[in-house]
Amino acid sequence: MTDTLNPTTTFGSDHPGTGTARVKRGLAEMLKGGVIMDVVTAEQARIAEDAGAVAVMALERVPADIRSQGGVARMSDPDLIAGIVDAVSIPVMAKARIGHFVEAQVLQHLGVDYIDESEVLSPADYVNHIDKWPFTVPFVCGATNLGEALRRITEGAAMIRSKGEAGTGDVSEATKHIRTIRGQIAALKAKSPDELYVAAKELQAPYDLVVEVARLGALPVVLFTAGGVATPADAALMMQLGADGVFVGSGIFKSGDPAKRAAAIVKATTFFDDPEEIANASRGLGEAMVGINVSDVPAPHRLAERGW
Amino acid sequence: MNPKVGVLALQGDFREHLSVLAALGADAVPVRRERELDQVAGLIIPGGESTVMDKLARAFGLREPLRARIAAGMPVYGTCAGLIMLSDRVLDALPDQQTLGGLDVTVRRNAFGNQLDSFETDLEVPLLAGPPVHAAFIRAPIVEAIGPAAEALATLDDGRVVAVRQGNLLGTSFHPEITGETRFHEHFLSLL
Repeated sequence: MTDTLNPTTTFGSDHPGTGTARVKRGLAEMLKGGVIMDVVTAEQARIAEDAGAVAVMALERVPADIRSQGGVARMSDPDLIAGIVDAVSIPVMAKARIGHFVEAQVLQHLGVDYIDESEVLSPADYVNHIDKWPFTVPFVCGATNLGEALRRITEGAAMIRSKGEAGTGDVSEATKHIRTIRGQIAALKAKSPDELYVAAKELQAPYDLVVEVARLGALPVVLFTAGGVATPADAALMMQLGADGVFVGSGIFKSGDPAKRAAAIVKATTFFDDPEEIANASRGLGEAMVGINVSDVPAPHRLAERGW
Repeated sequence: MNPKVGVLALQGDFREHLSVLAALGADAVPVRRERELDQVAGLIIPGGESTVMDKLARAFGLREPLRARIAAGMPVYGTCAGLIMLSDRVLDALPDQQTLGGLDVTVRRNAFGNQLDSFETDLEVPLLAGPPVHAAFIRAPIVEAIGPAAEALATLDDGRVVAVRQGNLLGTSFHPEITGETRFHEHFLSLL
C-alpha cells in the first residue's frame, strides 16, 4: 500500500468517498497490462474498443498530425469528447495542455475518466503544471526521468507515463525514458537511508516521496509508457522493460489496417514475454505508420522536452 | 503441500491479487494459458476491463477450458470485472460480449457512472468475522438481480447488492486487493 494517500478532496463532486487518491490511482491499477489508444472520432473509439483497448484517449489530432501540421494544439472540442464518451463503455481519457487548469475543469465537467496533462499539446504555462489534488477526476502526466515523475506525483498525478517522442513511430525515446525511470528507481533502492537526503535534492523531489520510492522499489502509482510505439514487438519491448501498460498514439490509426494492428498490439502486450505469440500477432498487419527518426527532429520540435 | 492457486493474468490488477495470496502463504501463479489453468486448484479473476478479458480469453482458447473448470466446481473469486466474467447475465455490455457465467445473477457494468462516481466506503459483510470491510468501487458493476441459486453477501446502505456467492463461486463489485483487506481471499482459500 502507498503512504502518500492525501486527504479526500471534494472539488467537483458532492458524494462522500469520491475523488480519493486511492480511487484515482485505483483506476490506473485496473488498466494495467492493457493498451490505451489515441482516437480522434467516435468511430475510431468504437474500433479501438472492439480491438481490445483498455481505454481510449480522445484528442483533436493524433501526434503525427500535430507534428506535421504545426500550430497550437489544444484540448478537443467538447462535442467530440462527449461523442466519444457516449460511443464506448471503456474508460475515456482526454488531453489538457500543461498548466491549463480550465481545460481540465471542462474535461472533468464533460465526465471523462482520466485527464492527460500532456506535452503533446502546446503548453499553456511554462512555469507551473496543474494542481491536480483539488480535482475529483484523476490525472496522468508524462515524465522523462524519475525526478520529473515525482514532481508530477507531488502535484497530484495518479498515474505516470514515460513520454517517449510522440508522433514519430520511433520507439527509441520511449526506451530511453522507461529505462531511465526504472534505472533511477533501482539506484534509489540500493541507497542507504542517509544517502536519500541528497538523492531528494538531486532528483528535485520531496524527501518523503523519495523515501517511499526507495522502500517500494517502484513508483507509488502505475507507470505506463508512450511515444513511438508502432508494432506489437514495440509494445512487448516496453512491457519487458517494466512498463505496466502501453499508450499507442499515431501508431494505430496512421497504419494500413488499424483494427487488425490494434488487436495485435493488445495480444502482444498480454503475452509480452512469449516470442511465439508476438510473432503470431505480428503477421500480416499491413503497413506500419510512416516513421520519423527522432534524430531527424530538430530539438525545438521535440515534444518530450515540454514539461519539467 | 498447499494446492496451487491461479490469478487470471490476461489484463488488470492481477499482481495485487498475487501479492495478497502470497502474503497469506498460498502458492499463487499467473494464468494466461490452458496448460497453466490445468495446474491450479482455484482461480481469482481480477479487476480490469471485462471486454478485454473476454476478447483475450476467446482469442487464446481459454474460454471453454475456464467454463469447464467452473462447471466442475473449481473455486473462483472474481473482483469487479471478475464478477462480470462470472455472471450469467450482463447489462450495458458490448453487443458481442460474453461472460464465463456460473453465478445466477444479473450485473450492470459501470453501474455507478464514470470515474467521477468511483468511491470508497465501509461495508458490513456478515460472512466475514471482524470489523467492516473497507471497499473501493472503481467504475464498478452492481448485482441488479439474483437468481434462486445465488446468495447476497453484502449490500450498500441503499440495499444494492455488491457481493454474492453460489457454491464455490464468489464475486465482489469492489476491490479488497487494493485496500489491504485479506478476508475475502482467506475465505476463497478455505474453499480449496
